[in-house]
Amino acid sequence: MIEVKDLHKSYGKSGKINALNGISFNVNDGDIFGVIGPDGAGKSTLFRILASLIMPDSGTAIMNGYDVVKDYRKIRQIIGYMPGRFSLYQDLSVEENLKFFATLFDTTIEENYHLIKDIYQQIEPFKNRRAGALSGGMKQKLALSCALIHKPEILILDEPTTGVDPVSRKEFWDMLARLKEQGIIILVSTAYMDEASRCDRIALIREGELIASNTPQGIIDDYSDILWAVEGSRMSAILRELRKYEKIKTSFAFGDKIHITVDESLQIGELKQYLINRDFRDVGINPIEPTVEDCFIALTN
Amino acid sequence: MRYSDNLHVKQKGIKMKQFIAFVNKEFRHIIRDNRTLLIIIGMPIVEILLFGFAINMEVQNITVAFYDPSPDAITTGITERIKENSYFNNQGNMPSVAKMEEAMQKGDLDLAVVFQQNFQEDLVQTGNAAVQLLANSSDPNRGSISATYATAIIAGYQQEQMELMHIPFQIQTENRMIYNPQMKSSYMFVPGIMGLVLMIICTIMTSVSIVREKERGTMEVLLASPLKQGTMIFAKTIPYMVISFIDFIIILLLSYFVLGVPINGSLLLLFLVALIYISLTLTYGLTISTLVDKQMNAVIFSAITAMIPVLMLSGMIFPVGNMPVVLQAFSAIVPARWFIDAVRKVMIQGQGLFMIWKEVLIMIGMTIFLLGVTIAKTKKRLE
Repeated sequence: MIEVKDLHKSYGKSGKINALNGISFNVNDGDIFGVIGPDGAGKSTLFRILASLIMPDSGTAIMNGYDVVKDYRKIRQIIGYMPGRFSLYQDLSVEENLKFFATLFDTTIEENYHLIKDIYQQIEPFKNRRAGALSGGMKQKLALSCALIHKPEILILDEPTTGVDPVSRKEFWDMLARLKEQGIIILVSTAYMDEASRCDRIALIREGELIASNTPQGIIDDYSDILWAVEGSRMSAILRELRKYEKIKTSFAFGDKIHITVDESLQIGELKQYLINRDFRDVGINPIEPTVEDCFIALTN
Repeated sequence: MRYSDNLHVKQKGIKMKQFIAFVNKEFRHIIRDNRTLLIIIGMPIVEILLFGFAINMEVQNITVAFYDPSPDAITTGITERIKENSYFNNQGNMPSVAKMEEAMQKGDLDLAVVFQQNFQEDLVQTGNAAVQLLANSSDPNRGSISATYATAIIAGYQQEQMELMHIPFQIQTENRMIYNPQMKSSYMFVPGIMGLVLMIICTIMTSVSIVREKERGTMEVLLASPLKQGTMIFAKTIPYMVISFIDFIIILLLSYFVLGVPINGSLLLLFLVALIYISLTLTYGLTISTLVDKQMNAVIFSAITAMIPVLMLSGMIFPVGNMPVVLQAFSAIVPARWFIDAVRKVMIQGQGLFMIWKEVLIMIGMTIFLLGVTIAKTKKRLE
């Protein structure tokens, strides 16, 4: 159980930069909790506070009964922390890194091998290779193994999938799903909105403020706008035309489509005609279910 | 009671295991980094050889000429003695003092030896005769040392003659240079190089190795673990302490066998002095690591506050006694100054602990002070 209450943190002289501006949320036991937001939203600051690495200006965070400020020694025994960038010893081998971190936490690789087996087996063939020579995906697996080797109660993963290829990203989330079965609370941050669905609950944050906290489906269910996807060949020209149309509330490029929210009175045929009149003949318009990213955009507008 | 005892023992056990694992890791970092390894082993060797042979601060090849208006047995004897000496390069006799001055002005001559008329006659009859030594002091150091060499040779000759002829000579050229009769510069710089090399290894390398953990983000992971800061810092110093001792031994061996610098005092005392200085410079490295966050800054900070003062103010190159009073006072806070003083006293002069207690106490005091600063500045968190 994690209870975060009204965390504030600012940086710079006289606190000019507000990294966190009153964040509160709760995480239930055994949940994968995703903190989702763009770069600079304050995700790393939040996680560093929870990992007892920096102190909040105000507010409290209690993790499994321990205060991150007062009981920082205890916190450091029960958490497994994986920072945003690869932070293992590049000149030590895979096995030496793992062994070193096992010893720091007064355990051995053998003692908790069952926990990391799934993950570590994939990099075990390279256990004598120096960590610096591993691929991005393998580095992530090693870092996760090192963060897990002492059987933490809470796993804090700061943007673990940033800069990792899509296949490895999917594998990584599969691994987290299996870890969840061990009863470990997993806190994970990401800037990829499409990963939200892999979490039990998510918190959307932007510029240090919590926009919404719910299950991914709950967040989608709260979405009240009418959402259409527009596709066609000359996307940027279409986008320009759409933005001129007064019955369209918002329009955003979304992969190879444009997502628009529209006024209730607008019919698909009407919009199609509008575009055909402007010489966009091959457009397709379909109503769609919102994604978490659509919700994020709607909530931040 | 028993439970808490067990817990205590277990805690101790963890710390020791962590400590050993950390020391182990540090050694691996060093061994796997070829550049660091090269610096550690190469630096003392290169510096000793560089200072020993290339940067020779001894005065050699002194060009000398003689003016002897009335050659006799004694003047010839003195002339021969000077000619024979390996430090002098003989230009022969010159017809007049004016010619010698001319040669000196052109820079062809360092030293002119001018005998008076009827040297032997006067010496035997009055017990008094004069030799004038004209030294080219455009390089004051070279000038004075050339004259001193010649004076010493003449004095030596007189001494012999006096014993042979049983004539009471009046002229007493008392110019004895103790401990370093040939003014060998290796006696001066060997302690200096020790001071410098140990400073570089202990201060720069220790601070860089800690700051590297901050820069690469591994400090973040270490801080989020149960590892205590004290354990980490202490473990960091161990490999550099070992390396420093290896370097100290390399320098000792090279200076003894290659440069012929004697070890006149107690070897044990010398190692004790080195141990104290190594602890001091390691602590200073730790202090620096608490003040900076980038490896480059650690190097610059160490170079400015540690290396340059060692070179300029420690007495390694420029004698402290020749400095302006302000700089002399400033040199008192340069750790290497006290180390170099102590090493010179023990190694060259063969003195005991009783004669270096001041240096030893000052170094211990500095260590305690820096340790206090380090502990006060060490953070439990990232900021």
